[in-house]
Amino acid sequence: MQLARVLGDVVSTIKDSNLNGLKLLVLQPLSAAGEATGRTLVALDSVGAGVGENVFFVRGREAAFPFYPGEPPTDATIIGIVDHWNTERTLEP
Amino acid sequence: MQICRVVGTVVSTQKNRKLEGAKLLLVQPLTLDDTPRGTTLLAIDSVGAGVGEKVLVVIEGKAAGMALGRKAAAVDAAVIGIVDTVEVTA
Repeated sequence: MQLARVLGDVVSTIKDSNLNGLKLLVLQPLSAAGEATGRTLVALDSVGAGVGENVFFVRGREAAFPFYPGEPPTDATIIGIVDHWNTERTLEP
Repeated sequence: MQICRVVGTVVSTQKNRKLEGAKLLLVQPLTLDDTPRGTTLLAIDSVGAGVGEKVLVVIEGKAAGMALGRKAAAVDAAVIGIVDTVEVTA
């Protein structure tokens, strides 16, 4: 799982029928410091996230699990909206 | 999922039995400002996309197999939607 910010949304009319009714959002993965890191991607939404929110998402075959017993073809799904996170530098010498 | 541009089609007669009947497309991943990024890849098509169109591509084996409608198919990428618009507001 990874932290990300929701940058925008994607509209698609012609798509796999198992995706009907599901929301597609553009994500920018974030580092623990909250900075953009890595390439943007498109993910399904399972929690009602919106543009501008910080979320966490899962990649891989597990990305279809929130929609069980549905089987949407997805490789990334938002599974939580982040209220806040903090990092303490306790591991540094 | 990645937003990609369909840049070509691939024809293959001799292929794995599980891939028979599958349409193969060459897709180029794009950044949010539509510039190409990374390597062009092969994806099976389940929505009837054509060359030049902007599409959504899953890059994961199970999801690609679901899109193809076959279990245990040797695929790792599939076109699962044609992009109408991408709106980036944040």
